[in-house]
Amino acid sequence: MSNIENYLAPSSIEDAAAALAAGPATIVAGGTDLMLQTGSGQKTYAPTLINIQKITEMRGISKDGDTIRIGALTTITDLLTDAIIAEHLPVLATMADKFASDQIRNASSIGGNICNASPAGDSIVPMLMYKAEVVLVASTGTRKVPLNEFFTGPGKSVIQENELLIGVDIAVPPAGFKGGFGKFGPRPALEIAMASVSVGGVVKDGVISDVRVAFGAVAPTPIRSAETEVALEGKKLDEETISAAGEVASSSVNPITDVRASDWYRRHLIRVMTEEILNDVS
Amino acid sequence: MSAKVDIEFTVNGAVRQVSVPADMSALDMLRDQLDLKGAKEACGEGECGACTIIVDDASVCSCLMYAADCDGRTIETIEGVQTVDGLDPIQQAFVDQGAVQCGYCTPGMVMQAKHMLAKNPNPTEGDIQRGLEGNVCRCTGYRKIFDAVAEAARS
Repeated sequence: MSNIENYLAPSSIEDAAAALAAGPATIVAGGTDLMLQTGSGQKTYAPTLINIQKITEMRGISKDGDTIRIGALTTITDLLTDAIIAEHLPVLATMADKFASDQIRNASSIGGNICNASPAGDSIVPMLMYKAEVVLVASTGTRKVPLNEFFTGPGKSVIQENELLIGVDIAVPPAGFKGGFGKFGPRPALEIAMASVSVGGVVKDGVISDVRVAFGAVAPTPIRSAETEVALEGKKLDEETISAAGEVASSSVNPITDVRASDWYRRHLIRVMTEEILNDVS
Repeated sequence: MSAKVDIEFTVNGAVRQVSVPADMSALDMLRDQLDLKGAKEACGEGECGACTIIVDDASVCSCLMYAADCDGRTIETIEGVQTVDGLDPIQQAFVDQGAVQCGYCTPGMVMQAKHMLAKNPNPTEGDIQRGLEGNVCRCTGYRKIFDAVAEAARS
């Protein structure tokens, strides 16, 4: 039996922040994770349920100078079809194409996928690669947190009870930037990744620089892999470099064995997908 | 007991007002409060698409949508697909192709096909398979379902 005492559907960030300041609340956006987690008893509702779907200022993708803001209520489907994403952050569209099913992409929000803080969260991995920052608003003020400092464990992050994640900011990648995303599961649709990889960098005259590498489902949170980045930075993207980077990537992670995959298989997937993406961008 | 929420929305062209528990799903509200039993619950986890409805021109799994979130929206369910002139072309194609076995997945398949064809009126076989990847037919009658959607696209 649920214990929701109040239901609120604010239409502005200000009103939502005020509601969060008033006491413990559960925030719902698309609902695709929350409905499952409350239904299974994995999560219980706070006394107040705040539906943020009517806050239109948190929806959509905009570009201001060199910064792209993806509103927290932007759906995964929006990422698939948006012109700014296609031009500047195409790896997010690649990710969206591998995300769940059409029905789930239409409902799921980017903010929800981040706040759910799954170690396997699909959208998080390419956003780590793009060095995204999350924008957190409370009635007392706004702060930005780099996404690679946001997660503290499975389902856990540094977000405070009185804060609302209103969007993510991503700097437009430099000229010549190329990247990719790979995810593996038993079927293309509706899978929680056994492992996922995103790699990006500036590729000029066959040499890769400004390298960013991120992995999903191989640690308690999605992670950047500094070791793999170092193994690639400034190197010519030839067979030797790519193979060595795959080896470093695979040995840099320490995944668990669970119902979805064993630790060695996850390490194998990390190697294969890292090499595949590097071959694609080389 | 959960707090009640008064909502008003349009379903199949008619404005409806209901009071729903804050934690109720849109699927339970449609079936139990509005007696629209077309959308089905099968997995209850967004994995099978049997509960697919169209909300503001996007297909969603109604089992994962909060009923309270229907407020102010425009919803179409399988009951709204048939017109006074008869079956929708997608429904007719399912009949013509024999694409219905036990029928439990059919309302969700038709709604998802409707959404897909609205976005992409000339789908390839691959587009049809991708478009329906969130819908499970436990009779495994996919071949005829794909053929029905292709026929609907041609008609």
